[in-house]
Amino acid sequence: MIKIDINKKLHGSNGVMDLNVELEIKEHSFVALAGESGSGKTTLLRILAGLEDSLGTLHIGDEIWLNDKFHMPTQKRGIGFVFQDYALFPNMSVEENLLYVAKDKKLAKHLLEVTQLSELSKRLPNTLSGGQKQRVSLCRAFMRRPKLLLMDEPLSALDPMMRTKLQNEILALHKEFGTTTIMVSHDPSEIYRLCGRVIVLEQGTIIHDGSPKEVLLRTKGSQKFSFEGELLDVVKVDVIYVVIISIGQQLVEVVATYDEVKNLRIGERVSISTKAFAPMID
Amino acid sequence: MIEILQNIEYTPFLISFKLAGITTLILFLLCLPFAWYLSQTSSKVKPFLEAVTALPIVLPPSVLGFYILFALSQNSPVGAFFEEYFGIKLVFNFSGLVIASCFYSLPFMVQPLQSGFEGINKNMLEASYIAGKSKFETMLKVALPNIKPALLTAVIVTFAHTVGEFGVVLMVGGSIPGETKVASVAIYEMVEIMDYTSAHVYSAIMLVISFLVLLSVYIFNHKHNKKFNGFHQ
Repeated sequence: MIKIDINKKLHGSNGVMDLNVELEIKEHSFVALAGESGSGKTTLLRILAGLEDSLGTLHIGDEIWLNDKFHMPTQKRGIGFVFQDYALFPNMSVEENLLYVAKDKKLAKHLLEVTQLSELSKRLPNTLSGGQKQRVSLCRAFMRRPKLLLMDEPLSALDPMMRTKLQNEILALHKEFGTTTIMVSHDPSEIYRLCGRVIVLEQGTIIHDGSPKEVLLRTKGSQKFSFEGELLDVVKVDVIYVVIISIGQQLVEVVATYDEVKNLRIGERVSISTKAFAPMID
Repeated sequence: MIEILQNIEYTPFLISFKLAGITTLILFLLCLPFAWYLSQTSSKVKPFLEAVTALPIVLPPSVLGFYILFALSQNSPVGAFFEEYFGIKLVFNFSGLVIASCFYSLPFMVQPLQSGFEGINKNMLEASYIAGKSKFETMLKVALPNIKPALLTAVIVTFAHTVGEFGVVLMVGGSIPGETKVASVAIYEMVEIMDYTSAHVYSAIMLVISFLVLLSVYIFNHKHNKKFNGFHQ
């Protein structure tokens, strides 16, 4: 069990903010941290890693990482960390990046096999693609067989295809090592696929805490579909209007009447939903 | 022409290069941890330390030379201490010259190293701490290998700058042939006694060496940046 009870004053873009988090996380679980930027997610992760100081206490299993008198140095915490910008060591090959963490050739070989990087093991990081770099970074994080794995938006710099591939690899490694994992993410589908629990932060406090289904699903009552998107354009065609909305990576056309479009402004966030119909899924 | 070159005394050059070599080595060993500290600290004393480090750039060499001369002479506690306990005199000899050069060239070693360290992606250093490595090991194995252009600049410029010093050397070392008479001082004396031939040869050698040194630094940095393009974003 991980018990987090921390308090830290943050000086963000919106003035001073109080990061106030009390949490318990079960061992072997996979938790997502969501929330708008500036809500304190990354800071919470950095406090867990010991990269930033904080008031309060951190209990990890039977170890104390933080209390009034004690702050365990990052080096001794035995964690894994995956940065958004990979943070690989450019002067070391893929294999050396892993072995720098722990001189365990067998484990390094296994991790590179799982992530299909074996053939690239002698290459320098700057010759790799973004997806390959992040897989190396993921492998490196597992080299200490960490008690706790922290990931700060690990996949947000990658294209959707690569993201799905890496999600599967993260899932496979999580299953194999059983590492308690906390991941900062903005992507609902990613959270839904990977995590058993979502914690949403706003202005430094927890506003939602539950399963991805409870927290992320946006349909209410009899609604079958509900999407949020950005209104891009309204085009008049004869007597009706066609509204163009961007939802995720896709553009959608929706037919609307004058009464529906008269209050809409281009650039607004809108939600579209339908009721009572049977969709076709090909 | 060949005869002229053969008849010229090259000892001052050897002293210049010996002085520059020893100074560069000492400064490298001392400044590496210091520059690392400056790049990582957010302490309030940092601007103070940076200002003191940069002083030799702006001070007239005569001022610096005067203070060093005064500090190392028998009249000061430092000079008296060395004289009394080790029997070493620190002025008007080679050791004094090395100490003076270390002060004079200090910023040229510290500043490139510091800015090199500051340019490193902080996450990379944190990744090393998370891997359980100490700050010292991180500096040695992660930071240092990734600031090669800055490292080369620091070493070469410190060396070249020490070879090129004049005022401080003259103040602290005087011009004792075979001991403290370096190339730049020798040129000054040749001009004074109107031996323009030797002055020309000496100056031309200095010019060519300096140019080649700087050229090689720029070529290396250019190649390095090409090879590792997009590193320190």
